[in-house]
Amino acid sequence: MSWEPGATPAMLRARAHLLRALRDFFDTRGVLEVQTPVLGRHTVTEPAIETLPVTVDGLEAWLQTSPEYFMKRLLAAGSGSIYQIGPVFRAGEQGRRHNPEFTLLEWYRVGFDLEALVVEVGDLVQEVLESPRPHVAEYRELMQAHAGVDPWRDEPARLAERASAVSGIPREQLNRGEALDLLMSGCVEPALAEQGPVIVQHYPSDQCALAAVTEVGGVPVARRFELYLDGIEIGNAYEELLDATEQRRRFEADNARRREAGQPIPEPDVRFLEALEAGLPPCSGMAMGVDRLLMHRTGAGSLDEVMAFSRERL
Amino acid sequence: MATYSTNEFRGGLKVMLDGDPCVIVENEFVKPGKGQAFSRVKLRNLMTNRVWERTFKSGETLEAADVLEFDMEYVYSDGEFWHFMKTDGSFEQFAADERAVGDAAKWLKEQDVYTVTLYNGAPLNVTPPAFVDLEVVDTDPGVKGDTAQGGSKPATLSTGAVVNVPLFMEIGEVIRVDTRKNEYVSRVRNG
Repeated sequence: MSWEPGATPAMLRARAHLLRALRDFFDTRGVLEVQTPVLGRHTVTEPAIETLPVTVDGLEAWLQTSPEYFMKRLLAAGSGSIYQIGPVFRAGEQGRRHNPEFTLLEWYRVGFDLEALVVEVGDLVQEVLESPRPHVAEYRELMQAHAGVDPWRDEPARLAERASAVSGIPREQLNRGEALDLLMSGCVEPALAEQGPVIVQHYPSDQCALAAVTEVGGVPVARRFELYLDGIEIGNAYEELLDATEQRRRFEADNARRREAGQPIPEPDVRFLEALEAGLPPCSGMAMGVDRLLMHRTGAGSLDEVMAFSRERL
Repeated sequence: MATYSTNEFRGGLKVMLDGDPCVIVENEFVKPGKGQAFSRVKLRNLMTNRVWERTFKSGETLEAADVLEFDMEYVYSDGEFWHFMKTDGSFEQFAADERAVGDAAKWLKEQDVYTVTLYNGAPLNVTPPAFVDLEVVDTDPGVKGDTAQGGSKPATLSTGAVVNVPLFMEIGEVIRVDTRKNEYVSRVRNG
């Protein structure tokens, strides 16, 4: 690798233009831009997300994987709808579409249910990306149609068998979550690649850390959706969980799984839990990878092309 | 033997899979935002040359394959084995069987240097240089003055290889051949 940046001057301009368009979109809608710390005393417990630890003058801290907890503390303090565009960090993520540091757009809409947020994301895709409005698909139907499984009715063994056939990983090595991830990326995502923008909604409730849960078609589903552009995951949305007791229970469940897997155990963020106890207003929130948005907007093949300096060029 | 974890997987890395030595062709990191990380890997089996696609859970390891490449001079064939000698001054010799030599057999010229891949110390594969210079030992008589026009004819080379050459080419001339495409490149004046 040379000294040169990965992004061309034209790409730098495209990035600046996208950032401005995103800010215009939210400013016009009266959503307030905020900044919260990248360095925090706490981090997420989600077993699939690995946080980078840092020690600063004796403070054991973490580089934030998303500004979620800080932003929810602002919401509980009466900020109203807010958005943030800034860097986040995730350990162990490196590839064509992954970089340990990336730019996240995260926003929360007070008083929005999931359906209202689906509409807003559609507006964003249309106005900012100048792409067709996403069509909305049910997670369950996509899995049935493309992977041949029903995640709510099929036994874990059946899911593992299908995932094993797709991936070549022996089925006894696959738990339910891993099997569903493999079927999503191996069977469903290639089908979504042919469909333009798609919103996939109503995930199994055990696949979501911070979403509210409801019943759809006789099964419990998470109030969650994901935006896909060209079959690539762009962002995740939740109708946010408001119940502090349930949140505490999910933290503990996450950390039990972490303990089993021998992963580090982050202490639950007590100030975030206190904010939930004080009362988070009903809201929905979404996080989107800005670098992947830029890949889509410009047709770039990798993050390295859209970032000034990806990890290889540090 | 050393092992490699999925985060060390790179194109060109030689690893053992299902008991066979393989070379990693491509490694794609796959991870849903809320899900598990996997590596989707394309590997070429060095025994069969077949390309496999496999997915690994992040953090899984594969044993390194004891596969090394050396420059070796082709010495002679005894009819069953082709004998090569290291060019590092050790004079160490290796006998490659028909499976290892494969298509390279038709390019082997004594004292020329080839890339020999050793697996567990035995020849697994022999790769000729991209270009070799060989003498034409048999072809139809040349057509004088026909250097500009197209058209070609088969010529048998000193190693037994047959390639198409321009019509003006004569027996005894030395030509340069692209071994990857099995194609005539040019006439070598001082062959």
